[in-house]
Amino acid sequence: MTETAEIQLPEDKPLEIAGKVYQSRLLVGTGKYHDLMETGHAIEASGAEIVTVAVRRTNLGQNPDEPNLLDVISPETYTILPNTAGCYTAKDAVRTCKLARELLDGHDLVKLEVLGEHKTLYPNMPETLAAAEALIKDGFQVMVYCSDDPLLAMRLEEMGCVAIMPLGAPIGSGLGIQNRYNIRLIVENARVPVLVDAGVGTASDATIAMELGCDGVLMNTAIAQAKDPIRMANAMRLAIESGREAYLAGRMPKKLYASASSPIDGTFF
Amino acid sequence: MFVQVNGEAMELPGGATIAVLIDRLTLTGKRLAVEVNEDIVPRSQHEQFTLSEGDRVEVVHAIGGG
Repeated sequence: MTETAEIQLPEDKPLEIAGKVYQSRLLVGTGKYHDLMETGHAIEASGAEIVTVAVRRTNLGQNPDEPNLLDVISPETYTILPNTAGCYTAKDAVRTCKLARELLDGHDLVKLEVLGEHKTLYPNMPETLAAAEALIKDGFQVMVYCSDDPLLAMRLEEMGCVAIMPLGAPIGSGLGIQNRYNIRLIVENARVPVLVDAGVGTASDATIAMELGCDGVLMNTAIAQAKDPIRMANAMRLAIESGREAYLAGRMPKKLYASASSPIDGTFF
Repeated sequence: MFVQVNGEAMELPGGATIAVLIDRLTLTGKRLAVEVNEDIVPRSQHEQFTLSEGDRVEVVHAIGGG
């Protein structure tokens, strides 16, 4: 709070996922950065408390001389959210989650994503539903990447998913939210947090997601592939906060024609 | 004996444990998870779990991803 801010706004209810409370509504990925130092700095600038990671064979993905990702993004500081990126079947997604739980000493919060095809990385919803069912039965807390279909979102909630995460646009596309009305419908129906996952390209996209009433936004490429990722991480932090405040404030209704802001009465000409 | 480690054939002494395999991979002490024939082998069992000819072993860790 700055000294000039004398007016105290009522406090927002913080984001709660699977019984844990978070102050930040921005969730970030750790892929596509130049190196681990940049990853660490960008995540710090983003203010995110939940950070996604991928699970891969040890002979892939890292320079052996570099520290491990989890040494930089410590599970003591951040809530690590392992994803099932790259999985195209429920079976592979369930296997990945079990390995992640072992990797993270029994931590059972996962981001489920089962992809349909390489070109769009659009979610394969029948496999996603099958995987969610198996994972929930096995005790996982499932945050689920899904299509923006309001009925499927409700179905996933009824099954016991702890967060519904519809895409705004294809993963890594940066196209922004393509179907605001569907996101809005999903938010209206949901009793668990709804987070836009994928599709955000710049700060205004994140703000729109929050203005629609989303509980948070998960992003990776928009920050990592910005010219200055650390600055963009900060921009996203502000965008999420602004969008949330605007949502809580309640925007004015849209009108087709002008409505003068200055009184018509008392003019002297 | 030969086992498949992360998709590649690897020769290990007969009766080698997962701990021996991890040592061979110079990954001792690293944060990782191990699966043998698609079943998780918990870290607490790495010292005791002996591998058999033809076992398919996956050794994974966390890397950057969204």
